[in-house]
Amino acid sequence: MEPVHKPNKRMPVSAMLDPRIVVPAIGAAFTKLDPRSMIKNPVMFVVEIVAALTTVIFVRDLLTGGENLAFTFQIILWLWFTVLFANLAEAVAEGRGKAQAETLRKTRTESQAKLLSGASRDFKLVSGTSLKVGDLVLVEAGDTIPSDGEVIEGVASVNEAAITGESAPVIRESGGDRSAVTGGTQVLSDWIRVRITAAQGSTFIDRMIKLVEGAERQKTPNEIALNILLAGLTIIFVFATVTIPSYAAYAGGSISVIVLVALFVTLIPTTIGALLSAIGIAGMDRLVRFNVLAMSGRAVEAAGDVDTLLLDKTGTITLGNRQATAFRPVRGVTEQELADAAQLASLADETPEGRSIVVLAKEKYGIRGRDMAELGATFIPFTAQTRMSGVDAGGSSVRKGAVDAMLNYVGGGAPTAVASGNVARAMQPAALSELGREIQAIADDVSKSGGTPLAVARDGKLLGIVQLKDIVKGGIRERFAELRRMGIRTIMITGDNPMTAAAIAAEAGVDDFLAQATPEDKLKLIRDEQAKGKLVAMCGDGTNDAPALAQADVGVAMNTGTQAAREAGNMVDLDSNPTKLIEVVEIGKQLLMTRGALTTFSIANDVAKYFAIIPAMFLAFYPQLSVLNVMNLSSPQSAILSAIIFNALIIIGLIPLALKGVAYRAVGAGALLRRNLLIYGLGGIVIPFIGIKAIDLVVTALHLA
Amino acid sequence: MTVIGWFQIFLYCAIVVALTKPLGWYMTRVFNGERTFLSPVLRPIEAGIYWISGVDEKREQHWLTYTVAMLLFHVGGFLIIYSLMRLQAVLPFNPAGQSAVAEDLSFNTAISFITNTNWQNYGGESTLSYLTQMVGLTHQNFLSAATGIVLAVALIRGFARASMRTVGNFWVDVTRCTLYILLPICVVFALFLVWQGMPQTLGAYVEATTLEGAKQTIAVGPVASQVAIKMLGTNGGGFFNANAAHPFENPTALSNFVQMLSIFVLGAALTNVFGRMVGNQRQGWAILAVMGLLFVAGVGVCYWAEAQGTSTMHALGLTGGNMEGKEVRFGIVASSLFAVITTAASCGAVNAMHDSFTALGGMIPLINMQLGEIIVGGVGAGMYGMLLFVILAIFVAGLMVGRTPEYVGKKIEAREVKMAMLAILVLPLMILGWTAVGVVYPAAVASMANAGPHGFTEVLYAFTSGTANNGSAFAGLTGNTFFYNLTLASAMFVGRFFMIVPAMAIAGSLAAKKSIPPSMGTFPTTGGLFVGLVVGVILIMGGLTFFPALALGPIVEQLAMNAGNLF
Repeated sequence: MEPVHKPNKRMPVSAMLDPRIVVPAIGAAFTKLDPRSMIKNPVMFVVEIVAALTTVIFVRDLLTGGENLAFTFQIILWLWFTVLFANLAEAVAEGRGKAQAETLRKTRTESQAKLLSGASRDFKLVSGTSLKVGDLVLVEAGDTIPSDGEVIEGVASVNEAAITGESAPVIRESGGDRSAVTGGTQVLSDWIRVRITAAQGSTFIDRMIKLVEGAERQKTPNEIALNILLAGLTIIFVFATVTIPSYAAYAGGSISVIVLVALFVTLIPTTIGALLSAIGIAGMDRLVRFNVLAMSGRAVEAAGDVDTLLLDKTGTITLGNRQATAFRPVRGVTEQELADAAQLASLADETPEGRSIVVLAKEKYGIRGRDMAELGATFIPFTAQTRMSGVDAGGSSVRKGAVDAMLNYVGGGAPTAVASGNVARAMQPAALSELGREIQAIADDVSKSGGTPLAVARDGKLLGIVQLKDIVKGGIRERFAELRRMGIRTIMITGDNPMTAAAIAAEAGVDDFLAQATPEDKLKLIRDEQAKGKLVAMCGDGTNDAPALAQADVGVAMNTGTQAAREAGNMVDLDSNPTKLIEVVEIGKQLLMTRGALTTFSIANDVAKYFAIIPAMFLAFYPQLSVLNVMNLSSPQSAILSAIIFNALIIIGLIPLALKGVAYRAVGAGALLRRNLLIYGLGGIVIPFIGIKAIDLVVTALHLA
Repeated sequence: MTVIGWFQIFLYCAIVVALTKPLGWYMTRVFNGERTFLSPVLRPIEAGIYWISGVDEKREQHWLTYTVAMLLFHVGGFLIIYSLMRLQAVLPFNPAGQSAVAEDLSFNTAISFITNTNWQNYGGESTLSYLTQMVGLTHQNFLSAATGIVLAVALIRGFARASMRTVGNFWVDVTRCTLYILLPICVVFALFLVWQGMPQTLGAYVEATTLEGAKQTIAVGPVASQVAIKMLGTNGGGFFNANAAHPFENPTALSNFVQMLSIFVLGAALTNVFGRMVGNQRQGWAILAVMGLLFVAGVGVCYWAEAQGTSTMHALGLTGGNMEGKEVRFGIVASSLFAVITTAASCGAVNAMHDSFTALGGMIPLINMQLGEIIVGGVGAGMYGMLLFVILAIFVAGLMVGRTPEYVGKKIEAREVKMAMLAILVLPLMILGWTAVGVVYPAAVASMANAGPHGFTEVLYAFTSGTANNGSAFAGLTGNTFFYNLTLASAMFVGRFFMIVPAMAIAGSLAAKKSIPPSMGTFPTTGGLFVGLVVGVILIMGGLTFFPALALGPIVEQLAMNAGNLF
């Protein structure tokens, strides 16, 4: 099975014009001629109507014998091409989604469900489709989870490749933040008891299918506004063209319907009208290829507008785990000694912190790994009560732990120090407190720099502090700088104390931080930002993140998160990578920019079209107007034909841009606008002059007009 | 073209710009209800007006209430003018014994004055009594101007406010605008005009005996008082038929210059009011820059075309520029400048006959009006018209920075775009639609004075002037016919109110929105890029709409003229 494609931000043009997508799209372009589907796109619907009307007139003229039939026929042909090209653009955009939906559908096999009644493990086999919300089912190794649900008992490894494309199994367990399971995924080991949370037809995979197919695509707010603008422009050009026959009659001439239609269709914004829905679909598709599912197009658009980004420290800004970065001994102890003791205490410690101490000791002081069995050591594990761990070996004991716990331990003459009691007894109370103060001072210093201190003692004597530090992810500082240039403020959310938080915030380069954050604090922060008129994006996975996810304008839920979080967010990140929020924002911006660029281009195009058609139109009775024929087009008929051919071909020419999107650069709005205005505004004025002239040369050479 | 000519144009622009800031500061205080240096005198009168009319000045209105109040106010204004014109024969202050004005002409004139158009299908001194001029027309000159200004202020408040349901109180705004802004300036201005030699009397027309011994009636009247508000309020309805070309309505070169200034000052100052109210004066200057660029370009073309003259005249030995239809006292520069100003703003007063301009020179006034009179524009109307274009420009190009377009902290969304589009649709509908009827309907065609493209331009100009509420005429067309009285009235009405209601809807919708603080991601609307963008959108959108009509009118006429064909 070929699952959802892995992240691939920019699709090469060649992939877009893949015949497997283009060929069915050509067929779809014809079926989309159905007026019931065309009416959703007002501009192209108008073109279809005039194409149909002129066709009727043409047939009538054909029967009664009219003039210029060959010319009329060509114009009509290109009118239909204009409509078909628009449909083709949409069909190609939908094509990719369709292929993905097919793959997804295969995973939604008809499965049997083991419906439980009560708390016992007795079940009866029912069809997966008959499950209702609230039903309890048992899923055992090898079973496919029948529908979306929440694990209420048990723990199991689950293969979620069907939705994430990641074949490594993930753990799903009751309680905590990893309790959501998705219908269509498969349990590999153990068993779980699941409460069904979605009925058939509205499961996660169902929604995904609809989303990628674009079946439930609703127009986004910006799209609606843009459609109004385009409809308005169309009406303006209706006035501009329907009044012309009367003006011509006054001047003693007449204008044929087909010429008026040609002027009208070239003037109305067909370029953007044709590509508008393709741009929207492609935007959603870009997210999907990025393994992010947006529940609505509105969310994608909102992503482009985001002003404030809330990012969790752990996993987003810093690597998930703290790492040892320095050994800081007390006076009279060498770093080497401290490192040796710390390494010994951490040998059997499998936590990432413990391993990082061993690694640091080796890298910095060349202390080799030792074998616990050889030393005859016993491991004293960490407990919540002692808040320390260590090793007892060869009559010596080494401990490491939280500073206050360790101070307590050495001060109170801990019971494990019996073997080396002589050392402990030799300590004077005054000396102890002096040592304690020194340790405390080092610990404070470490805290201030954003680290976490870990005290180490051998045989009841404090040797010093291991400095653990949050490691800020490589390159994240540059990302934040880039966000700042985009106009986005980043706020780091952390449970750390303010001192540590401030240090990490400064190191990572975030604009602000919220320390010792509770879920309520998070929610309040979002509300405060929104009250200032800002749009807020955040990501989260826990159930306690759900209110904040729902409140945020863009809430990206991690796929590994709880069902509550996934319901609350308006996007789901299948890879559960919180850093992706930044790319999501970029994709949103790209979507808006592409629309703006093509709208500007489309409107700017009209200048050249006027210069092509107006002189051609009035030449018969006002020959002076030929000075407006700046392109020096060979004849009135070829001028009109060239303009309408250009108008149709530019749609095809711009499909790749519509699908790929205009590249976003974080260079500040002013610079971005200047660049885009130059390309799409000025370019939009100049290109059609060249294009129409070139087509005119071809048309004349082929004697088409 | 001469250096002194360009200097005059430069001096004009410089003075307008210099007046913008102080006047903007004063007007902002007035509309914020703050104390001004005139408060000791005017505040009791203001309070008295509220007390008599039962207006609670503290109570603000929703945009809809505001608009309805404004519309009711105009129904009243219409009834007053219409009845005065129909009944003037039996009312006092009628020394010239003018008879009742015909029904269709009264209707047209009443609409014309309540819409701040002042299109005149009548000759002032030969049709109207002093009472009609003073009570009927002058009061609307004040109130239609005040209405325009307060509507612009309401829209500005929409941009400036955040999360509010109200946009101000119409009655309070109109009262304050009239009392604190229009009246004081007019009093000073009228006295200045009298000093320059303008009549101000309620006496009868003067009988004079000419050198040949013939009897001549010289029309006089309360001219100065009416001319002051005619210019300041961009009304443009002349006391005399010849308007500002008449020696009594424009006695000196200085009065001509100051009258031109008075057309622009309030409109220009409103850009500063906008900047102040939205909290950044540079926003206002940017808008003024857009207007200024379009204005200077228009003046340049018009002055060049007039100074160039025509090849036909040159062939007859008449060298130099085109002086046909121009007052020799003012000459080419002052006439071209006046023509561009009066059509850029919706004033419509004229000191030369636009009909006699070269085709190209006459096209500039036409384009100024077709763009919606947003180059400074009618007092207030220019500002809200410009803001509608800004909304569209921001929406089209603003998306290109990758955000929902914002302007001065307000998101431009579907509702604003819809309303702006509705308002802008009015221009092609009325101008192109009625022109299409006017050039083929036999009864209308009979009104044309010239054939060919020139006749076409006359009709196009009339409907353009009416729809844009300008009121200047491309003389030549006989406007006082049943057809033109009614069609022009409809163009004026739709052109005014179908623009106002959507603009007010935008005000209401914007006021209710949150205000977004600017960031690196918001594109700056104070720089040259923004100015260029708005100018481009105005020219492309406006130009594209009217290009076919212009091609068949002035453009083809100019081309034919160059080839020696006149119409």
